[in-house]
Amino acid sequence: MDLASAKAIGAGIAVIALSGVGVGIGYIFAALVSSVARNPAARERVFGLAILGFALTEAVALYALVIAFIILFV
Amino acid sequence: MATESSGGIDALSQFQLHPALGAVGASVNFTQSNLFMIIAGVLILALLWLGMRPRAMVPGRLQSAAEMSYETVMSMCIDTIGPEGKAYFPFVFTLFFFILFGNLLGVFPLFFTFTSHIAVTLALTAFVVGLVTYVGLRIHGLHFFSYFVPQGVPMALMPLLVPIEILSYVSRLISLSVRLFANMMAGHVMLEVFGAFVVMLGGAGIIFLLPAGFSLAVNVALIGFELLVATLQAYVFAVLTCIYLHDAVHLH
Repeated sequence: MDLASAKAIGAGIAVIALSGVGVGIGYIFAALVSSVARNPAARERVFGLAILGFALTEAVALYALVIAFIILFV
Repeated sequence: MATESSGGIDALSQFQLHPALGAVGASVNFTQSNLFMIIAGVLILALLWLGMRPRAMVPGRLQSAAEMSYETVMSMCIDTIGPEGKAYFPFVFTLFFFILFGNLLGVFPLFFTFTSHIAVTLALTAFVVGLVTYVGLRIHGLHFFSYFVPQGVPMALMPLLVPIEILSYVSRLISLSVRLFANMMAGHVMLEVFGAFVVMLGGAGIIFLLPAGFSLAVNVALIGFELLVATLQAYVFAVLTCIYLHDAVHLH
């Protein structure tokens, strides 16, 4: 196996981590929907928390993405 | 920075530093990154100074923007840190707006994002963590180290939990800096990759015009997403700084 194809496979394996992030973001917004459905008055407060959680979870995806970019480009 | 790997898309050269301002800049190693830091600082000062100059009872657009930015960060400080948060407002405000303007300036074409360099974000984070530790030591003295000893835990677990607490404290340096850097870098690499797709597919022949147009549409959507990410990451950085300060002020 030459280096370029090994790099492509490695980058592909690196972004498997995104599956976990997808589950995490799904959980966050599922919890947001159900909590707003139960108590619509809490929407502003809960939405801010959800966005914060989304940003923190999305950062994990970007760690994996950066690893993939490093494998591919550097 | 290998250009030949991955089909000739040179996605990382946009982050290379070049001397700015001609020969004078080159002799003192003044790069475009430093230039954009200064531009961001000047823009923040201009927003606040020009915005607050009219001092109208019914604020105009610019004055509303200046007042709103002040009130947002102030309420963030007080909500997160508590009444003591007022003392840290100038620090959080400066940090938030420096990062926000750095992120937003990077969205413009040909502009440089200084927050896409880990050197910049790690320096900012080192400053935050150093300040948090200093605040904790200043307020609580040596009692600050009880922060690393969780309460209501059996003594037998302490040799395990105390190193974990210390590790999680130190790893703030990495998580905070890599989060901002990775968000900005990944976003700009995506823009570059899809921009390269447009050029490559557009030049490849008439049947590739449709995928080229699709790539262009994706790029437009990505710019919008970048605007969201730029604001969100500046907000997250500021909120996490507030949370760390809360921990230092209140010790859990």
